[in-house]
Amino acid sequence: MRETDPRSIAGKLTPPDRRVPLVVVGAGAAGVAAAIEAARAGVEVVLIDEHPVDNDMMAMDVPLCFGQRMDGSVRNRALMLERVVETNPDLAAAHEAGVDVQLGTYVWGAFVNGPTVQELPCSMLGLADDRRSWLLGYDRLIVAAGARDVLLGFPGWERAGTLGAGGAAALLARYRALAARRVVVLGSGALGLHTASVALERGIEVAGIVEVDARVRGDAARAKTLTDRGVPVFLSHTLQSARGRTGEIESVVLVAVNRDGTPIAGSEREIACDAVCWAIGLVPNVELLHLVGARLRFVSQLGGWVPEVTARMRTSVPTVFAAGDCTGFHEGMLAAPDVARAEGRSAGRAAAESLGAARGREDETRRRVSAPPTADETHRYWRAWLDSLIAAGGWEVNVCQCEEVTRRELVETKPPRYLGWQSPQMSARSVTTLLRDGPLNQDQIKRLTRAGMGPCQSRRCREQVGLLLARAANTTLDRIPLPTFRPPIRPLPLNVLWPADEPAAMREEWVSWFGIPTQFSPHWTAGMAIDEPTAHARLIVSE
Amino acid sequence: MMADMARASGASVVIVGGGVTGLSTGWWLARAGVDVLVLEKGIVGWEASGRNGGGATHVYSPFGLEEQRLWPQMDELLGYPTEYQPHRIGIALSETQLALARRWAEIGGTRGFRWELLDRRQLKELVPIVGDNAIGGTYLHFGGHANPQRTVQAYAWGLQDNGGRIQQHATVTGLTQRGGRVTAVQTTRGTFGADTVVIAAGPQTGAFADMLGICLPLAPARVEMIATEPIPLMRVGGVAGNGLYGRQTLRGNLVYGGGPHEWINVPDMATPEHANTPLVRNLARRLAELLPGAAHVRLIRAWSGLVENTPDGLPVVERLARPDNVVIATMSSVGFGLSPAVGRAVSELVRFGRCQFADLGALALGRFADTPRDWREHAGWAAAPSAVEAAAGGDD
Repeated sequence: MRETDPRSIAGKLTPPDRRVPLVVVGAGAAGVAAAIEAARAGVEVVLIDEHPVDNDMMAMDVPLCFGQRMDGSVRNRALMLERVVETNPDLAAAHEAGVDVQLGTYVWGAFVNGPTVQELPCSMLGLADDRRSWLLGYDRLIVAAGARDVLLGFPGWERAGTLGAGGAAALLARYRALAARRVVVLGSGALGLHTASVALERGIEVAGIVEVDARVRGDAARAKTLTDRGVPVFLSHTLQSARGRTGEIESVVLVAVNRDGTPIAGSEREIACDAVCWAIGLVPNVELLHLVGARLRFVSQLGGWVPEVTARMRTSVPTVFAAGDCTGFHEGMLAAPDVARAEGRSAGRAAAESLGAARGREDETRRRVSAPPTADETHRYWRAWLDSLIAAGGWEVNVCQCEEVTRRELVETKPPRYLGWQSPQMSARSVTTLLRDGPLNQDQIKRLTRAGMGPCQSRRCREQVGLLLARAANTTLDRIPLPTFRPPIRPLPLNVLWPADEPAAMREEWVSWFGIPTQFSPHWTAGMAIDEPTAHARLIVSE
Repeated sequence: MMADMARASGASVVIVGGGVTGLSTGWWLARAGVDVLVLEKGIVGWEASGRNGGGATHVYSPFGLEEQRLWPQMDELLGYPTEYQPHRIGIALSETQLALARRWAEIGGTRGFRWELLDRRQLKELVPIVGDNAIGGTYLHFGGHANPQRTVQAYAWGLQDNGGRIQQHATVTGLTQRGGRVTAVQTTRGTFGADTVVIAAGPQTGAFADMLGICLPLAPARVEMIATEPIPLMRVGGVAGNGLYGRQTLRGNLVYGGGPHEWINVPDMATPEHANTPLVRNLARRLAELLPGAAHVRLIRAWSGLVENTPDGLPVVERLARPDNVVIATMSSVGFGLSPAVGRAVSELVRFGRCQFADLGALALGRFADTPRDWREHAGWAAAPSAVEAAAGGDD
């Protein structure tokens, strides 16, 4: 019989209270379609979505960049729940199809056995609401986690009012709780034009659409309907700064730029507004897919790192499927929500079949909307924006708001300001000297500068840190390895994450280190041992 | 150009492993003017060396006095910040925990270090976020903690500043032996000649010993840690107890680990993901019990690290008799805090054949001469039989 080390984890990771055949994460178009499809095939399905997100989470720009522009109604949980249900009619259909729909529920972790973890009784998700956390086991997982915002810094972007298109859309359409009256939209692609249109529909004034490119990147006819309604479009312009007498944005200063992104002196103009909305693209949410070990690849046209999926939306992990924007986002898809639904149905059917249900049905071919042929690579476009922002706003601009790391401090790999450290050796180090040791790694630079180490979990800076590093290394973002995602992928309080009860063995056999009696024995007393006491045992000092 | 290439093909001392032990050794050697090259399969300090609790309070160890002497000087010696902070506070929530904290303190006391017992009131003055569940604690006027990530980079940079070299992304694939010596180290990036070789490869150290026909019993394991968002700085950041080790960083984050480990097998030379388990919830609970005033604070990161243990949990630091130009160094899962002293000791083994400041007799490999091959099974330290879920049916 195999001996067991009582202080090891063996046997202490108990099965979750509930284990279901299929969990779908994300109740957007793809997730709901997947859940309904699988439920109709007779599979027991739990569909989880974090909306309505609680106010404190929104205030940290998690999961989207809300820019502190939530009005007071977001504190009314019941009202928000009502609105989330009301604005997503598919949810009712899912409920009718027998799907167990759990709203207001965060997915903060995914735990699977692998090379260094063998003791899990099953694959499971870590879930939480604003009061407690729990684990949910699954046989199959469909990730339909959507996409998140991309922000780039400019002087004054720390002020309340800097949003992302995703955060703005959620506040406008889902929560109906946007506390802004006059918004400047950055980006003239489909996402920018869409954001501007929705804002106008909701009675919010659009003070301008700013585009670093020399042309409108989205549909010309759509842009015209906006200009017809009095929305100015500033082509070949960038943002120089956001101003305000307090912590709020009260105006922005735009400046015209040359072809190479350099500002044209004297062309500055100040525009009154209380919100600036970045709408230059979205990034697929691959955190969970990363945690379950699904293979990712970099596809610039799809927003960056995306999962490898088969035609039936299966990832490289046979029990995990992905659908919708988290498998890749480009602006052409905004006009085609049916694509996400079709992907969701494929994933739902494939997951059901892999569970032994719904065999024999013809599968629809997965049809992705191809990116418009004229589109540049997404990251080249983001890089053009970043170059213009640097040219107009300089290097003393925070790239990471949480940890207050500037662009300059990032590329000079400066230790954080609070250390007050200076030495000739340190001053001689930078991203350039690190490059001599090998390719740049964002995680390594994160450790040195702390950029990306704060409570927003790098949601506001991940892309711009990567772009700045690529710029400093004279390379492209795909050459910078994916910075890791760590659980919990939502920042949750200790007293929410903690388990209400623990297995007796977990409590009783807990030791701070391995519990090897000789490990910390004083070397000058031969044979002396300290056995770290557990709840049961007394301190043992043997000689 | 030619001279550069010739030099790049080897070094007087080649160190296998860019963890904290190898880097500190390399730094000490480079400071002494020795031509040194560190080979690292990934990025320096990427494994347990950069993922630990940062504690620097190991006075029980043969390296302990040197550890205590060196840490306060390290920032200056290295030229880079380590975030070293002196002193430790031990919090006890039960009589048993208090007895353990006292025991730790007393070991320091026998080495001449000062410490005192704290009652609950004194404890609360020093650490306002402790709760009424604390019964008392200890204040150690010795020991301390540092930032592991910053420290490993500081060793690496300090080594380079002194003329040493680091080759990252070079996996060692073999050791060339000739005439009873290791003459070269083979890697995925070429072969590097060496007069002396130091093997400080963490969990993989055993595999290299194997290549030399030497049995070094090592069991790798995975351990987990958590970090919270920053909270206001406490007067002393080195606060631990309740089965947790760790610290408050100078930024204010609470960074703690502890609890059950998982014995594993490390496949080849691979670097697996630093996976977590639901243990992060239990860690959160332990931390909230330790510091109830921080129970509402948000957890923003968790990670795991791989460490190795010998059967008695003590290091093996030895210059081998045969091949006689090889030094083996594994710290048996307790390496970061001791690294300033251990690096110095290993550099002396390389240069003089012996450590000049400590007696390393207790750390010799010979103590495992009778350890059976299947010792892990006997100790209960074997990895679980593979439980990876079978691939789901259907192939598309």
